[in-house]
Amino acid sequence: MKFASEFRDPKLARALLQAIAEKADAIGATREKPVHIMEICGGHTHSIFRYGLDKLIHEGVEFIHGPGCPVCVLPRARVDECIELAERPEVIFTTFGDAMRVPGSTKSLIQAKADGADIRMVYSPLDALELARRNPDREVVFFGLGFETTTPSTALAIQQAAREGLANFSVFCNHITVPEPIKALLDDPYMMLEGFIGPGHVSMVIGFHPYDFIAQDYGKPIVVAGFEPTDLLQSVLMVLTQIEAGQARVENQYGRVVPEHGNSVSIAAINDVYEKRPSFEWRGLGEIDASGMRIRDAYRAYDAEEKFGIGYAVGRREVPEVEGCACGQVMTGRIKPTQCPQFGKGCTPETALGALMVSSEGACAAYWQYGGARTAAE
Amino acid sequence: MALRGERVTLAHGGGGRAMRDLIEEIFTSVFAPPGMEDQARLMSDALHDPGARLAFTTDGFVVTPMEFPGGNIGKLAICGTVNDLAVGGATPLWLSAAFIIEEGTEFAVLRRIVATMAREAEAAGVRIVTGDTKVVERGACDGVFITTSGIGVIPASRDMAASHVRAGDVAIVNGVLGDHGATILAARGDLALSSAIESDCAALGHLMEAALSAAPEARAARDLTRGGLASALNEIAEEAGCGIVIDEDALPLRAEVVGMCEILGLDPLYLANEGRLVLFVPADQAEAALAAMQALPEGEGAAIIGRAVADHAGQVRMRTAFGGTRIVDMLVGEQLPRIC
Repeated sequence: MKFASEFRDPKLARALLQAIAEKADAIGATREKPVHIMEICGGHTHSIFRYGLDKLIHEGVEFIHGPGCPVCVLPRARVDECIELAERPEVIFTTFGDAMRVPGSTKSLIQAKADGADIRMVYSPLDALELARRNPDREVVFFGLGFETTTPSTALAIQQAAREGLANFSVFCNHITVPEPIKALLDDPYMMLEGFIGPGHVSMVIGFHPYDFIAQDYGKPIVVAGFEPTDLLQSVLMVLTQIEAGQARVENQYGRVVPEHGNSVSIAAINDVYEKRPSFEWRGLGEIDASGMRIRDAYRAYDAEEKFGIGYAVGRREVPEVEGCACGQVMTGRIKPTQCPQFGKGCTPETALGALMVSSEGACAAYWQYGGARTAAE
Repeated sequence: MALRGERVTLAHGGGGRAMRDLIEEIFTSVFAPPGMEDQARLMSDALHDPGARLAFTTDGFVVTPMEFPGGNIGKLAICGTVNDLAVGGATPLWLSAAFIIEEGTEFAVLRRIVATMAREAEAAGVRIVTGDTKVVERGACDGVFITTSGIGVIPASRDMAASHVRAGDVAIVNGVLGDHGATILAARGDLALSSAIESDCAALGHLMEAALSAAPEARAARDLTRGGLASALNEIAEEAGCGIVIDEDALPLRAEVVGMCEILGLDPLYLANEGRLVLFVPADQAEAALAAMQALPEGEGAAIIGRAVADHAGQVRMRTAFGGTRIVDMLVGEQLPRIC
């Protein structure tokens, strides 16, 4: 990690914090009238709290924690469907670790595993493929989850399965996309954001032009950012600089990783295997048009929804959210995690009710884990 | 050589001749317990010290894979129990070892595990004095499970407990953190990660003796097993009713471990260690304790990492390299690798 240390240089961070403070003063940002900047990605939220940036930054800059944690935004109905798949006796259900604790309406995958379901944690869809090869008499289902960062690897696994004619492998596809929920947030009449920090990993795949509409149609600046603390601080400074100049552009702070047009191999794999669903449900945000991916007809044999007659293949299931959850309001910046009536009471990491407390990268979980709530109260 | 074949069968758990052969050839010939009665009969001069107390501990060991870079389950079983005694200020003396063996386990693997246990016990100055063997059907356990119990003696002059930690006390760890947890992750082979990291697994009885000679008023120690440094510090803060502050800059971490954690979305502060402890000593004895640790191979990377404080009782906080502060909380469950 010697390549990361320079991005954690306290001296550089102090200089950036100073520059941010000067810029914030210049545009008249104060604690009472702050500039609201949304970091879309849960990885950014995590970094902000891990390095204590929320406490170090000028009081006129307020981070709003966006919907960019795929585990957090998975609706309960989809978790229920995962469990139904996993509990079929012929199925080996494979998943990334952090989806194990997400609560469905009666239980989580970790509870289903304890109840006897054959659920295995994997680190890559290729591990699931290998399990399918080694267990020809079982059905191996991979829980495809994540934004544009993980979508290509699932696509490659499906292409590989098709090449091998592997008949006992399928994907329960819950891949989602970043631009559409941002558009949904921008269309919200109560939205109060002045700028965005975009997820660098996503742009590594799709480039940064998919965000052009944010600047062109909504007049808001967005800076695609890396995940190190100085990346984040520099990106905040770039957003403030645009605001001061009255500009709205898409800028790329993460140039060392993000090419303008993304990664053509990944994009080709995505386009070959998936198409947009007309609509997909998000926990805390509801249905969002064209925000989810499904497997194309050409790869229908690898679509667990079609194979097992579940999910959107048979129609969307209505499972209401837990009453009292204010995740939607937190994600649009209308309230802080601590202002949710359930925060720290009915809803803690042990007893997560809402999307943002579910995964360690959710805003509420980050507030709780790193003590944003408890130290702020002192 | 009365054992036939290459693997343990259910017959080796049946109580007959096959079982006797297994016990004699694999276990008692190596561990050489004092006598073959149903109980060990023990004597130590340390027990004559008026006010000395017995310390008694037990721990079960399960690990996949059973053999990994830097050790195996047998080494863990000895070191883990020796360390549980040592961090309480006890001199570890005697161990028991109970084996639950899955049908089909290779004798060669068992022999390697047992040889390691004998070697580690000797180095740590303890004797394996009693034991038990069970064989279970294939699938009923994963390879070999070992339970070790240990007895040690705490001298009359020593009284260590987490509740004795006071504001101002200094926290010292004996080396780089997280190597064991990272090694096991890499050794499971389901991460496409290759790594040169080895488990930190080590018996810490001698290290504790040296540290306590240098810092006789040491308050408390904890070994940093499951849950890592973060969990141990939280337990101490809660017991002591004081706060703990650690410095990110001062934490001894190997670049490879940090890198692996970055990739998987894990925090090295929560990774398991099997040869690491945190020791709290009064500030004026900290340098002496540190030097005593650093003089031994198992304390080579020792470092002062923080201190106990009067405010935020029960909480552990970390000063980040930037001068920010964050809470280092207990984990809810196991750390789970993230998606992206």
